[in-house]
Amino acid sequence: MSCNVDTNWLDAYVDESCSAEEREGIETHLRACTACSVETLSRMHTKRAIRAAASRYAPSPEFQRRVEASLREETTAGKSIWAVVNPFRSHGWLAQMSALAVALVLVVGSVLLWTSHVNRQQALAQLLDLHVATTASSNPVDVLSTDRHTVKPWFQGKLPYAFNLPEFQDTPFKLIGGKLVYFRHTAGAQLLVELRKHQISVFIFQDQSGMRVASGSVREKGFSAESWGEGGLRYTVVGDATAADIHQLAELLRAAGH
Amino acid sequence: MANYAGDTGTFEQLALPHFASLYNFACWLTRDRVAAEDLVQEAFLKALKGFSSYQQGTNFRAWIYRILRNSFLTSRAGLLAGADLSLDSEEFSQEAVDGVGMEPEARAAQTPESILFARIEQETIQQALEELPVHFREIILLCDLEEMSYHEISLTLGIPQGTVMSRLFRARKAMRNLLAAPPEMRPEASAGERNERSSR
Repeated sequence: MSCNVDTNWLDAYVDESCSAEEREGIETHLRACTACSVETLSRMHTKRAIRAAASRYAPSPEFQRRVEASLREETTAGKSIWAVVNPFRSHGWLAQMSALAVALVLVVGSVLLWTSHVNRQQALAQLLDLHVATTASSNPVDVLSTDRHTVKPWFQGKLPYAFNLPEFQDTPFKLIGGKLVYFRHTAGAQLLVELRKHQISVFIFQDQSGMRVASGSVREKGFSAESWGEGGLRYTVVGDATAADIHQLAELLRAAGH
Repeated sequence: MANYAGDTGTFEQLALPHFASLYNFACWLTRDRVAAEDLVQEAFLKALKGFSSYQQGTNFRAWIYRILRNSFLTSRAGLLAGADLSLDSEEFSQEAVDGVGMEPEARAAQTPESILFARIEQETIQQALEELPVHFREIILLCDLEEMSYHEISLTLGIPQGTVMSRLFRARKAMRNLLAAPPEMRPEASAGERNERSSR
């Protein structure tokens, strides 16, 4: 670089960790200095590339369940399910039959839970595919507007239900638009939201058993997702932003839905 | 930059959204999936036990990342990387940064930026991250992957904000050197790094 500017400045600018006053000063300098502009673009590019490459490891659902279980166990101070069954111990055969019945219920319950879990994982994978296809498209949305009062009415007459959208002003999120999508033979809404160059999809469908995806916060192939049901609708937020960012957007949508 | 200040809620509400990110971070620290699982589980249990000490309304993400990092530092892998971490002070020599990933001959031959960009591919970056000393790797991950502000990083690592900036500067310089130097031109890994690898 031929310019003598402090490169810590450029890093702080790229990392969005400078004050508004500093930011303005840097932008003024960048407009006048080609060397610093090129250097800043290079740093932004590297930062983005590192972010993509470093999102490498995802925990298995089994591991997450194990940790959640150990947290629950810790919370109940070591009281296991068997402690609840204990009162039957003094009643001989009745205790054995009860234990057998409990075991049977647990086995049947586990099979049903597992089947349901697999279905929900498949649903999530399909929504991820829809999101990736949308972001890769040259025309990602059918209605292009940052105004929720334009996007929401666009779905009138196209969907047999209505939903509320939050006010994105004063939040880091920006509404891009929306489009009609079909998932498992059912029409639904897909909204595209931007957060610092990350594109996030919000899917809204009627809450039926086949439409459900893994609830709560999940991470899959570098993408984060969060899903919940409310007012007969199933909301799923998917994107390559962090789980905390996805959760923040989900909270905004939940607040709007109330 | 997302605002994580002012977090309130139950432990599960606050902690579980960070589960996947903490696991990814733990994998990069330990470079071993089994050790990462142990580390995450240990950090979550410690955080749950110490949740009463968490001041509601403050930055939860920085708090739980700090617990995970402290757990790593007291683990076997962390202790092996300890020598590596102790080198990281404001007096850490510029030579050490310049030397990461480059032989003197390679350093002399300045690689053009265009070549650098051409080499920035996922596998190259992942390999470079793996080769970085752990104190550089963690600060790059917190800043570039987790998109933490300098203030959040200073809370997580327990260092002043000025140190965050200077360490980040050195870490990125070391990263650029690794990306610009072909693997065959890189020097042998340091003793600390070799120990870290042998622990996997």
